[in-house]
Amino acid sequence: MFELIGIPPQALFGQLLLGLINGAFYAMLSLGLAVIFGLLNVINFTHGAQYMMGAFAAWLLLTVLGIPFWAALVLAPIIVGFTGVLIERLLLRRIYHLDHLYGFLLTFGLALIIEGVFRWKWGSSGQPYDNPIPGGVNLGFMFLPYYRGWVVIASLVICLATWYAIERTRLGAYLRAATENPTLVRAFGINVPRMITLTYAFGVGLAALAGVLAAPIQQVSALMGTNLVLVVFAVVVIGGMGSIMGSILTGFGLGLIEGLTKVAYPPASNIVIFVVMALVLLVKPAGLFGRTK
Amino acid sequence: MADPLLKVSGLNAWYGESHILHGVDFEVGKGELVTLLGRNGAGKTTTLKAIMGIVGKRTGQIRFEGQELAGSTSDIIARAGIAYCPEERGIFSSLNVEENLMLPPVVKPGGVTVEEIYTLFPNLLERRRSQGTKLSGGEQQMLAIGRILRTGASMLLLDEPTEGLAPVIVQRIGEVIRQLKTRGFTVLLVEQNFRFAATIADRHYIVEDGRVVDMVVAADVERSIDKLHDYLGV
Repeated sequence: MFELIGIPPQALFGQLLLGLINGAFYAMLSLGLAVIFGLLNVINFTHGAQYMMGAFAAWLLLTVLGIPFWAALVLAPIIVGFTGVLIERLLLRRIYHLDHLYGFLLTFGLALIIEGVFRWKWGSSGQPYDNPIPGGVNLGFMFLPYYRGWVVIASLVICLATWYAIERTRLGAYLRAATENPTLVRAFGINVPRMITLTYAFGVGLAALAGVLAAPIQQVSALMGTNLVLVVFAVVVIGGMGSIMGSILTGFGLGLIEGLTKVAYPPASNIVIFVVMALVLLVKPAGLFGRTK
Repeated sequence: MADPLLKVSGLNAWYGESHILHGVDFEVGKGELVTLLGRNGAGKTTTLKAIMGIVGKRTGQIRFEGQELAGSTSDIIARAGIAYCPEERGIFSSLNVEENLMLPPVVKPGGVTVEEIYTLFPNLLERRRSQGTKLSGGEQQMLAIGRILRTGASMLLLDEPTEGLAPVIVQRIGEVIRQLKTRGFTVLLVEQNFRFAATIADRHYIVEDGRVVDMVVAADVERSIDKLHDYLGV
């Protein structure tokens, strides 16, 4: 079997696939964060907890109600998105006029509370979730599990559909305009407060959808979003706060860089994204795709 | 005036702790073109913003087509049929010209079609794929006026549409406002440029220190010119 720069292709492509799958989750989560930050100006630190809630919702739907994965894929984001409506209406709405720091502290506190409640109720150890598409295919240079391939394709479709909706539709134009001047958009007859609520719910729903997709790959546990959210914040900063396409491209790109680092120099794989973040901030403080105001 | 389209009574408005309007009273009849004239800081722009519900706090009465709007939010006021073109034009940089034009939703039937808007402002058609804020000042003003014509609103609030524009553009905007009046639009215009306002308006209200202090009909402008110069400091 041939080798690429001294690395067996099975190892290289295996890690690249893992990187792509991680990138898919980074992209979906950072996309939700970017959408929320763009319109609400809130750094939603609850995002990791909401990703975990999506996975738990799918697990509970299956174990308690017997609802299978494919139905949970639709139901769980709606359920968790509805909790987003409550959070926005009852809490976030009160702090929009304050500094970013208050939004950050509020959502950080909420994340701790949500994760604490789930850990108290179901413990820290992971709950298994059956793979809905078992098996895989041998591509010659690597073995591709069907489910993992499906996750990459599904997240790409979701990300591109979200980008299209925001950049190419009338509803997206309302969102982009409200990001710039919500007062004027409202004076045109658009119910901006309701749009803000629904945007937050959509971002939260995206996080939950990523959680459902992650459930069969990872163990469903109360802390599954804690570490991930730090990486996702780095992705958003590198892509440019509020940039939709920046989040998607950076999410997948950094997943691949992380995968390659695991092959080339495994000890650096946990920090490579943060090194990239530091370098990007030095050269382009607004991020690769962000616009300076 | 038998039955005004817009009747503003005892309108007070605040920005934070600052009390800006101190009981503004005026009315605008259907199909009229009325201006609010006054010096800088008199409260003209704040009057328009208070009608639209985009000041910090307001009290008083704002009756439009018999409906009380003083307690309503700005989206409801817009949907009642009042369209607002702000002084700073409010062109969105993240939207191209066509997206800016199509942004305000249609609130009532009978608005100007996109084709008619492009006929009124041919520059917008040529530059419809350009970023909104890349247009010249005059083109941005045309876009800001054009986009509120689509909505079907019967009353237009225009805040200083000629500010900072070249004379030839001011003339064009004057022509368009006259055409809008002949189409049946009711216009409330805030202007600093008295020469411009005098050529198109039916009546002028003079605003001083957050109150309407006088009213001059178009036919009396010549006779009242000294008084108007005193009010406006020109």
